[in-house]
Amino acid sequence: MRLVVRAAEVTGAQRLIDVTRAHVDSCLYHGEATLDFVGRLAGGHTRVRIPTTLNVGGLDLLHPERYRGDPRSADRARLLMDRYRALGARPTFTCAPYQLADVRPTFGEQVAWGESNAIAFCNSVLGARTNRYGDFIDIAAAVTGRVPDAGLHRRDARRATLVLRLADDVPPTLRDADVLFPVLGIVVGRRAGSTVAVVDGLAPGQSEDRLKALGAAAASSGSVAMFHVVGSTPEAATLDDALQHGAPERVELIGLGELRAARDELTSETGERLAAVSLGTPHASAAELDRYAAMLGGRRVHPGVECLVSTGRDVLAEASERGLVARLRDAGVDLLVDTCSYVAPMLRNAAGPVMTDSGKWAYYAPGNIGASVVFGSTAECIRSAVAGRVVRDLAPWGGA
Amino acid sequence: MSEIRGRVLVLDEGLSLWGGMDPATGELIDAHHPQRGVRLTGRVVVMPSGRGSSSSASVLAEAVRAGTAPAAILLDAPDMILSIGSMVAEELYGVLVPVVVLGPAARSTISDGMDLVVASDGSVG
Repeated sequence: MRLVVRAAEVTGAQRLIDVTRAHVDSCLYHGEATLDFVGRLAGGHTRVRIPTTLNVGGLDLLHPERYRGDPRSADRARLLMDRYRALGARPTFTCAPYQLADVRPTFGEQVAWGESNAIAFCNSVLGARTNRYGDFIDIAAAVTGRVPDAGLHRRDARRATLVLRLADDVPPTLRDADVLFPVLGIVVGRRAGSTVAVVDGLAPGQSEDRLKALGAAAASSGSVAMFHVVGSTPEAATLDDALQHGAPERVELIGLGELRAARDELTSETGERLAAVSLGTPHASAAELDRYAAMLGGRRVHPGVECLVSTGRDVLAEASERGLVARLRDAGVDLLVDTCSYVAPMLRNAAGPVMTDSGKWAYYAPGNIGASVVFGSTAECIRSAVAGRVVRDLAPWGGA
Repeated sequence: MSEIRGRVLVLDEGLSLWGGMDPATGELIDAHHPQRGVRLTGRVVVMPSGRGSSSSASVLAEAVRAGTAPAAILLDAPDMILSIGSMVAEELYGVLVPVVVLGPAARSTISDGMDLVVASDGSVG
C-alpha cells in the first residue's frame, strides 16, 4: 500500500480508486533485485486481491531446454515466475493478455496493467482504463486492488491533443499494408512522447493485430500509453470524438519520406544474409498463426534459417487443438511461449542477421541481445525464411 | 538532510532504462539513442523523460543493487515508473537515487559536465 500511496503522490492524485484486474510485468527477471523485492512482498503471506495475469518471464517453462544462456540465470528466472504464481496470479506469461477472452477488460473498465504494449492496447483498442504501471507498482495494485485516481483513469486525460495526419504522398497501397503499422508506430511514439495522439488518414475498421503492432512500436520509441485512430479505436469514432470536441494543441503531417526513414532505421544489416526470422512480438494472436501457415502455403523454412514465433501458452494450446501447431512445426517453424526471443537468450543465432516484422523487436533487440536486424513485412519475413536469404518487396512503399 | 553529489550528464533524448541501460555495467545500450555507449553510473542524469518499457523500475533497482546506478535522475515531467523503482531500491538496499522533476527555470541553469548537489528534499544546486 505504501507503493500505491507513493504513486498517488507522484501523480498528484487526491484519492484512490478500485481496479478490477491487474497485469503484472514484474515476473521478468532483471537480476537479483527483482527476486529481493518479491521475497520482501511474499514474506507476509501476501496474495493478490483481484484477478491478475502475468507478463512474459525469462524462459519458456513449457520448453525450458530452449534456454541458451547460463543455467543459473534460467533457474533465477524460473524462481521469479514461480514466486509471482504463488501470490495467486494466473500463469498466463504473455505480453498480449488482451488476446485471452476471459481476462480482456471491457470498455470503460478500470484496471492496472503493466507491459508497455499491453497498456497501449488496453487504453486505445479496448477503451479500458489504465496508467503506465511499471514493475513493483503493478503487483502493489494487484495486492491492494487500488490505484491513484489520476491520468488515463480519468476521461479528460484521454483526450487527444496532437493530431498526426498521413500526408497526401503516402500511397493507398501503403495505407492498407500491414507493414505500415509498426513503422507508423515508431513515428507516432517519437512525435507524441507521452501525449495522447490521434492518427488520421487511415481507412476505418483497422484490425486488432494492426493496432497492436502500432501501439507496441509507439510504446518503444515513446512513452505512449494511449493513442486514437480515427474510425478504428473506440473513443475515436470521429476526429472530433478523439479531441473530446476541443481544439488540438498541434496538428502535424506524417509523410512518405519520414515513414521510409523510420523503416530504414529499424534495419541495421543490409545485404541478403539471413540467420533467423523472429515473429510474434507482441505475442502472436491465433489469427496471426493462421496467417503464417497460410503464407507458408505448404513450403518449408530453409534449413539454414531458424524461424521462431513467440506466442502465449493459451493461444498455443488453442492452436494446437486445431492442428495448427503441428502444421507450423512440420514447416520448420519453432514456437516459443512464456517469454520472447529478445528478452532472453533463445535464438541459436542471436548475432543475426535476424529478420522481424515487429517494430518493437527491431527497436530493442540490438541493445538487448546484440542482434543485427532486418525489418520487413510479415510476408517478406516468411518468404525470406523459405528462401534462406533476405527477400524484399518494396511495392507497398511505392518501390523505394 | 542527506545530499547527493555528482557530475551532470545531459541526455538529449529520454531513455527507457530497460533496453536502454545495462545494469551490469551502467552503460547506455539503446542502439537508437544518440549517446549510446556513455556510462550512467554515478552521474546526475538529466533527461526530458523516462520512456518506453514498464520494466525500467526493475532495471533501476537492479542497477542500485549492482552499484551501477546514476546518482540522481532529473526529469522535465513526473515519471511514476522511475519514482517507484527508486523507492523500492531505497527500501531494499538503503541507497537513494532521487528522481526529481525540474522546473524550466532550474533546468536552464544546468549544463552537461557541471557538478551538482541534489538534496533529499529534491532541491538542486
